[in-house]
Amino acid sequence: MTAFRSLSAAMVKGFLRDKMTLFFVFLFPLMFLVVFGLLLGDSGSDKTKIAAVGDGPVLTTLEQTGAIELERYGDAATARQKVDDGDLPAAVVVSGDRVRLIYAASDQVAAGTVLGIVSGVVDKINLGAANVPPRFTLDAQSVEDASLKPIQYLTPGILSWAISISGVFGSALTMVSWRKKQVLRRIRLAPVSTTTVLTSRVLVSIGTAVAQGVVFVAVALLPVFGLKLTGQWYLALPLLVLGTTAFFAVGMLVGAFCKTEEAASGAANIVIMPMAFLSGTFFPVENAPAWLQTVSNIFPLRHMNDGMLDVLVRGKGVEALLVPSAVLIAFTLVVGFIAARIFRWDD
Amino acid sequence: MTGARIPAVVVSDIRKSYGDLKAVDGVSFTVAEGEFFGILGPNGAGKTTTLEIVEGLRQADGGQVTLLGEQPWPRNPKLLPRIGVQLQASSFFEKLTAREQLQTFGSLYGVSRRKADEMLELVGLTDKADVQENKLSGGQRQRLSIACALVHDPDLVFLDEPTAALDPQARRNLWDVLRAIQARGKTIVYTTHYLDEAEILCDRVAIMDRGRILAMDAPATLVRGLDAPTHVVLQKGVLTREAARGITGVEEAHEDEVSLTISTRRPAPVLSALAERGTLDGLQVRTATLEDVFLDLTGREYRA
Ligand SMILES: Nc1ncnc2c1ncn2[C@@H]1O[C@H](COP(=O)(O)OP(=O)(O)OP(=O)(O)O)[C@@H](O)[C@H]1O
Ligand SMILES: [Mg+2]
Repeated sequence: MTAFRSLSAAMVKGFLRDKMTLFFVFLFPLMFLVVFGLLLGDSGSDKTKIAAVGDGPVLTTLEQTGAIELERYGDAATARQKVDDGDLPAAVVVSGDRVRLIYAASDQVAAGTVLGIVSGVVDKINLGAANVPPRFTLDAQSVEDASLKPIQYLTPGILSWAISISGVFGSALTMVSWRKKQVLRRIRLAPVSTTTVLTSRVLVSIGTAVAQGVVFVAVALLPVFGLKLTGQWYLALPLLVLGTTAFFAVGMLVGAFCKTEEAASGAANIVIMPMAFLSGTFFPVENAPAWLQTVSNIFPLRHMNDGMLDVLVRGKGVEALLVPSAVLIAFTLVVGFIAARIFRWDD
Repeated sequence: MTGARIPAVVVSDIRKSYGDLKAVDGVSFTVAEGEFFGILGPNGAGKTTTLEIVEGLRQADGGQVTLLGEQPWPRNPKLLPRIGVQLQASSFFEKLTAREQLQTFGSLYGVSRRKADEMLELVGLTDKADVQENKLSGGQRQRLSIACALVHDPDLVFLDEPTAALDPQARRNLWDVLRAIQARGKTIVYTTHYLDEAEILCDRVAIMDRGRILAMDAPATLVRGLDAPTHVVLQKGVLTREAARGITGVEEAHEDEVSLTISTRRPAPVLSALAERGTLDGLQVRTATLEDVFLDLTGREYRA
């Protein structure tokens, strides 16, 4: 067994036998994915629900639009009460040829939607009844737009965040605990190169990142969450590797400064949490103010996130990898170089 | 111990200060190949610092070290496979079992995995092979740490207090292990607090205090050179203090609650005089030890 393989094996075993690390690497981010995925899950497909009284072609056509859901009531007064109480945004009451629409003044957007749809339907039926051929025809077509359903941006975001956790914590904690437990000094006395030690640790981190990718995407693909991957999702792999090395370098820097595991965990959290919020882990960066979007460009997570979104759910091709990859490589080199300069074998 | 062979360890005038504290203050010694060399001294004497400079783990402020003809500092990969080191604080990989620790350390030297079980047996940990390092007792961890230092069969072994925390049985077993290693022609340099142990194991010892070597020689020679009296201890009551003082050759006689202690530099006539009086029951003879040497050198009791 070579030193490289046995060191990797030692690190994997140490990792798998540490329940806390496993929790923070897999379960903790997964909890966010599940909670946010369920909370925000059907907000995109929400139909406006309104009260309806009576029957006839107007109500049938309204239902067929697919944009409105009708809640039936026996009499106009009960329906009206629902609107008064604020339970429903509007009520449509059909009696014979008369269509009455009552809507709540408080919700302008819902009122506008309902008003538009109902008057559209009424006009259409009027036209049909008058038997006049229409002069203008409307040709409506839906396109994939840039705004995504929550699960579509949550999965790449939370996956990138989880990889930043495992990358930073993995390298920082290994370095600190190996230094504290004198394993580093002991390795220094063995005929094994630092490159071997370092690459085996990086490889373990990359393996962890791939495992995280598989688990997170598999969970998000479940029908409850309904993630839809685009054709070239495998382009995420290079990003996963480059992201891992970048966060590994950050962890080395943290590990070089901190003397105890506690200090290293604290420092790693201070780095990761703000970075995660500003890089679009929990909400799309586009929703943030412009200056924040600019600031977030200093974070490797922001670029990893952008790249992951593009290739996992936006259906972009190899060209979408260029900028994120370049930034992540540059980041790894610069931070890794600094970390190597201040590295200490013992304290 | 003589001949044309190059010495295993040559240390000349090494120094190391931490601020104002001179942890190692001009230490020189040579260890021949195949020799068992002990460094003794109280806490903070500078033993660990000396050993770590010699191993190439610390940079000295001054002085020279040569191991098997090579410089240990800066890190010298050519030398590393030939030396085995046990650090004072045990160093283990997180969450690995005893066997896995040995396999992992062994692999750093290209040693086959089968060697691990052999080493476990050597230090009597076969039944703990699958126990994680943090669940071993202090003494068991110590033995594992020694096994890890020996796993690649080094020519030159450095052990920092290997017998600390061991029970008497484990200590004696370890002595056997160390003697067996020496018998195979290996060189051992080790530190200890136990003067009696050093007397038994070491070909030569260096006694250190406050960063300096106070004396260095074979234990027996050091003790002899001391010209310290032999103590003969009798049960209280078999002889009065005055009667004891009357015996030819007796220099001093003390009495406490349980015993009468006679000091003499000519034990033979004193013992025959005691035999004539029929007072040999429960008699003990205690000759001078390294402890007395230490007391003599420093004017302080040895506090291990
Ligand atoms: N890294 C360090 N920084 C500052 N002082 C140190 C350092 N290492 C050792 N010392 C000091 O140097 C002196 C010698 O320490 P050393 O560890 O060599 O003693 P020792 O003989 O091995 O003691 P012990 O029997 O307790 O192991 C001590 O006074 C210690 O406080
Ligand atoms: Mg020491």
